[in-house]
Amino acid sequence: MSLRQAPRKWLPGVTAWLARPGLSDILYSTVAVLLALLIGAVLIAASGRSVVAAYASLFGGAFGSIYNIANTLMMTTPLIFTGLAVALAFQCGLFNVGAEGQLYVGGLASAVAALTLGSSLPGALSILLALLAGALAGAALAAGPGYMKAKMGAHEVITTIMLNYIGIFLTTFLVKAYFKEPGPVDQTPFLPPSARLPELIPGTRVSWGIVLGIAAIFAADYILKRTSAGYEIQAVGRNPAAAEYAGVNVPGRVVLAMVMSGVVAGLAGSSVVMGTLYRFITNFSPGYGFTGIAVAVLARNRPWGVLPAALLFGILQSGGLSMQLFARIPMDLMTLVQGIVILFVAAPALAGMLLRRRTTARG
Amino acid sequence: MNEFLDVIFDINNLTATIRMATPIALAAMGGAFSERSGVVNIGLEGMMLTGAFCGVLGSYVSGSPWLGVLFAIAGGGLMGAILALFAIRLKADHVVSGVGLNIFALGLTTWLMQVLWRNRGTSVSVNGLPMFSIPAIKNIPVLGTILWTHSPLVYLMLILVFLGWLVMFRTPLGLRIRMAGEHPEAADTVGINVHAVQYFSVTLSGCLAGLGGAYLSLAQLNWFSMNMSAGRGYMALAANIFGQWNPIGCLGSSFLFAFTDSLQMRIQTSPVKLPTEIIQMLPYIFTILILAGAVVRSRPPAALGKHYESGRVS
Repeated sequence: MSLRQAPRKWLPGVTAWLARPGLSDILYSTVAVLLALLIGAVLIAASGRSVVAAYASLFGGAFGSIYNIANTLMMTTPLIFTGLAVALAFQCGLFNVGAEGQLYVGGLASAVAALTLGSSLPGALSILLALLAGALAGAALAAGPGYMKAKMGAHEVITTIMLNYIGIFLTTFLVKAYFKEPGPVDQTPFLPPSARLPELIPGTRVSWGIVLGIAAIFAADYILKRTSAGYEIQAVGRNPAAAEYAGVNVPGRVVLAMVMSGVVAGLAGSSVVMGTLYRFITNFSPGYGFTGIAVAVLARNRPWGVLPAALLFGILQSGGLSMQLFARIPMDLMTLVQGIVILFVAAPALAGMLLRRRTTARG
Repeated sequence: MNEFLDVIFDINNLTATIRMATPIALAAMGGAFSERSGVVNIGLEGMMLTGAFCGVLGSYVSGSPWLGVLFAIAGGGLMGAILALFAIRLKADHVVSGVGLNIFALGLTTWLMQVLWRNRGTSVSVNGLPMFSIPAIKNIPVLGTILWTHSPLVYLMLILVFLGWLVMFRTPLGLRIRMAGEHPEAADTVGINVHAVQYFSVTLSGCLAGLGGAYLSLAQLNWFSMNMSAGRGYMALAANIFGQWNPIGCLGSSFLFAFTDSLQMRIQTSPVKLPTEIIQMLPYIFTILILAGAVVRSRPPAALGKHYESGRVS
């Protein structure tokens, strides 16, 4: 009897657990990623290459050795920051497409701060100040679109994209004019060792930047869930009119959310410059800011969701490199896969169809 | 300072302005159709990029740049249809799916370029469109000098803008499009198929942006290069807002954008010495200023960005 009853006891529990919104989101996101990879496979086959060889070199490149795993984590690091930056802005209903530009100015500000301070300060302090410079520069570039959105209603998507171009041109100009190391490449000299982020696993390229990224997730999650400012940001994101009626300073919160987003995006640049390249190189980003959009969408803008989503795209990035090298499949295929992931995850009705649920979600 | 003014009011600069306004005006008018029907179109950039790619592909395959133009219209239209599918049928957030589409288009075109031509930077050179002259207007002062010889797509753009205005404000179809974006329930009540109107408008916007892309790859140059639209789709969206969702307004504001763009190119070759990067920033800075100044007084279609289902708007 007890044997017969046992399933009845745990079965409703399991179905209830499976039906939790968070879990079905994870399930659906996984399906969306697999579908996107499947489309990628079809395209690889259509271009006359071996799908097995391509995806084998992708996974080998991402996980093949401790060095490869460290490489994957290194590529994950900036994506944690940019993904979190986009997610934070989304929490307030804002679409920050400008993480790429914010990353550039943040990276250069950190490099300049580290080079200026030199080795005159104790290590921890110069690292801290260089990070602060990166965060402030990112925030400054993001504050403008926030202000223009709040005060003039200028669409933040257009203003942040325009600022991407401006940020990239501006950093290239500044490096060429003031900080260039003599030579053919437009880059700054190496940062003093005291201002570099130490290696997390000695002998590999993964730095303490990834720990910093996880700390940023923790902080963002805390601010959103445990502070009144975070609560108000979410309220504005859900329904600005209702938030205003409830006495929330909507323009102020819009600017604050963009500034927070810019801080995190600026730190993405700092993490690469101080933890991986040890210098600022013009045009160094392979689109971390744009991949951050895919990360945030896949994470459904939840701070802790950013971690697995960033890891996934870190895997695609480092695996994509080895796929390009060994299977001769252009890496840009991974950009295409990212686009598909965004489209699929953004479509709630598609989720309903795929999971055979009644579509109640409306966006 | 005098040198600077010379550069600004140079007649060559005005001719260049019309040239450079062409792709932006076409895509901006596309944006006007899409947004008048209620669908936000951030995907113009990807549609334009796809159009530029398909234009070169068509000319490469057939040898005829005109078939290339048709390919570009079809390619842009296909991207428009994909956005329509996600934004209308699958109820994806318009802005997010538009950005997704742009990233998809960037990956697709760059990947295909390498698969087809084994080069990541630029494609092979193909037959581009020849220039076209109207000698009859050559002797009209200023206007004739500016207008008499251009790519045929420039003249096509001017005709299409007028036709676009006519369709949008003087035909039943235009009324339906505007109604779908202003008040979908009312449109539904009088028997208009809101979704069909939106599918049509968004696909049309893709065709127009694709044609704008063909201008970049077949008229301005005769090859495709990675990310060759370089933000012009976004500028077009800003031009559309500044042009008050009206094809003729779009043309006017595209001239403004193109003017800074051509100014930027002229300064680079003029005696005025400014660092290249600073000059290259100008069109983007200008877009922001225009947008910040323009939006205050503009009123977008009332149901823009909303999903409509018979009986309810969400």
